[in-house]
Amino acid sequence: MDTLASLSDGFLIALTWQNLLLALLGCFLGTVMGALPGLGPSNGVAILIPLAFTLGLGATPSLILLTSVYYGAMYGGRISSILLNIPGDEPAMMTCLDGYPMAQKGQAGEALSLSGIASFVGAFLATWGLVLLAPQLVKIALLFGPAEYFALFTLAFATLGGVSSTNQAKSAFAAMLGLGLAVIGVDTQTGVPRLTFGEVHLYDGLDFLVAIVGLFALSEVFIFLENRHGAADADSKKIKIGRLTPPWSMIKSCTPTMLRTSFLGFIAGVLPGAGASLGSFISYSMEKRLVDKKGTFGKGDPRGVAAPEAGNNAAAGGALVPMLALGVPGSGTTAVLLAVLMSLNITPGPLLFANNPDVVWGLIAALFIANFMLLALNIPMVGLFTRVLLVPPRILMPIVAMVSFVGIYGISGSSFDLLVMVAFGLAGWLLRKLDIPLVPIILGTLLGNTMENNLRRAVTISNGDYGTLIDSPLSITLWTIALVGFILPIFVGKIIKRRMRAEPTSD
Amino acid sequence: MSDRIFGIFGICLAVFYAWATLQIEESFLSDAVGPKTFPLIVAAILGLSSLIIALKPDADPVWPPLGRLVEIGAAAVVMVLYAELLPEIGFILATAAAASYLTWRLGTRPLSSLITGALISLGIYTVFHLILGLSLARGPLGF
Repeated sequence: MDTLASLSDGFLIALTWQNLLLALLGCFLGTVMGALPGLGPSNGVAILIPLAFTLGLGATPSLILLTSVYYGAMYGGRISSILLNIPGDEPAMMTCLDGYPMAQKGQAGEALSLSGIASFVGAFLATWGLVLLAPQLVKIALLFGPAEYFALFTLAFATLGGVSSTNQAKSAFAAMLGLGLAVIGVDTQTGVPRLTFGEVHLYDGLDFLVAIVGLFALSEVFIFLENRHGAADADSKKIKIGRLTPPWSMIKSCTPTMLRTSFLGFIAGVLPGAGASLGSFISYSMEKRLVDKKGTFGKGDPRGVAAPEAGNNAAAGGALVPMLALGVPGSGTTAVLLAVLMSLNITPGPLLFANNPDVVWGLIAALFIANFMLLALNIPMVGLFTRVLLVPPRILMPIVAMVSFVGIYGISGSSFDLLVMVAFGLAGWLLRKLDIPLVPIILGTLLGNTMENNLRRAVTISNGDYGTLIDSPLSITLWTIALVGFILPIFVGKIIKRRMRAEPTSD
Repeated sequence: MSDRIFGIFGICLAVFYAWATLQIEESFLSDAVGPKTFPLIVAAILGLSSLIIALKPDADPVWPPLGRLVEIGAAAVVMVLYAELLPEIGFILATAAAASYLTWRLGTRPLSSLITGALISLGIYTVFHLILGLSLARGPLGF
């Protein structure tokens, strides 16, 4: 009951004209960014963060704007999967399998609207899951002391590569790079400058927003410059959209699929190291095994469109649970959202629910509202979004670059930050070529200081005894999960990755 | 091969990082752990993972031909120039120039890229400065 009361308070906060407008804007921009190949949810949110700040929005409105972008991008990813057979973002990969064949059969409109409904079901159920699960997780998190937090952060880094990670050394390298960058600046406990090499600009530490925008958005521009003659100029083939409403019988036959995959996707989102891509993958393979009796999956079966879409949108909602309740994000985009919270001087984690209930519940209410808006935007107006796909990258990418510069310059007004951002952009390009994941770097720069402070606090409390780190059953459990989570992918990661890759080609 | 080179670079980075950490002057008021421990742990794991990357490399990525590398380098130089010149010549001129360059290099024809660049610059100026009231760099001409 308590939860419902808080939720209705949240609706009171979210239902102001300003917040509704921001949610609508976020949903629209998010869908556009999700639909454009090359701009995923993390890039989309990363580009818009600086803007939310420079506009001087408060905590709740900025979060509403940016999470609407996040949900919107998850919806939008399907559009180019279905119409062009190019996934708009990674989680939408599985939607290509049945979505594109449906479009080729002249059922593009039905595939788009059905996947819109599936996205809605997945996201809607996952938001309820968030409402119910997050407060329970908070109760556990309140038992955490500094030592447990240090273990929890280690767990987050150890599992971030995900079960599909193929090279754990590279994940570890990325995480350490991020933590190493976080150390730069004046030490908060003793006041000595660390690794600044006398550069005054670095005394405050590197701004993680600069790192995020550089690594995600600018590196994308460099990738496009590299592949100018490649697939980047894929002109959209003319595909007839057809009728925009799926017949009732189709929705009915897909309902059990949507419900099952929403549940599965949500679980995948909550668990550390799984995330939306894996959510849609598991959903698709499970449904294929369960209901594909006639072998129609992969040839334009509507259930094959509904399953991955419900799965990935549910996972997107699920990923918000650990981010809000523990302050430890489980995916790239939630890591970027965490950056938003931290820049707004809000410490995520259990205390967030106690100290800033307005932020949490306003945000959750806004997610419900955004969901309905997205359904409304995505069914009748999907034609508008398909137009967006016609904007060629040669015009889009300069806009992305310039908006990134404007955003970062708007925050600090310093050329130094822009130079650092260009350096991060180049580094991001190089690291992507070498298959080194970028998300652990971001998470490292974000959490580095908190992680170190918890370590130092724990050891100081116990008078310099490092044994305190593995003193309680809770922290031992966390360390064990971290260890297993880090070692497991070394053995099973290659198999899962191969299956994920093999699925599209074998069908 | 790329991974081996990168791994060696990573080891050098870790050694440099550890060295730089040891240069930190400790204050006389320090906690039990001190400012050096955490960076040293980071350096150790950084070095270890680099070593593994160097010893067990993945397959080489597809590196672009030299021309493409020059392309990326040139774009980076343009962006650096943009960052330096932005406060000098103002937002609209700098942005129009940089956006024209980028869209030209991404395949727009030279003349239309100038127009595209100017439109991008004016568009961003209108949306972010005139409508949203963001303060952008002001040049000698006032915009």
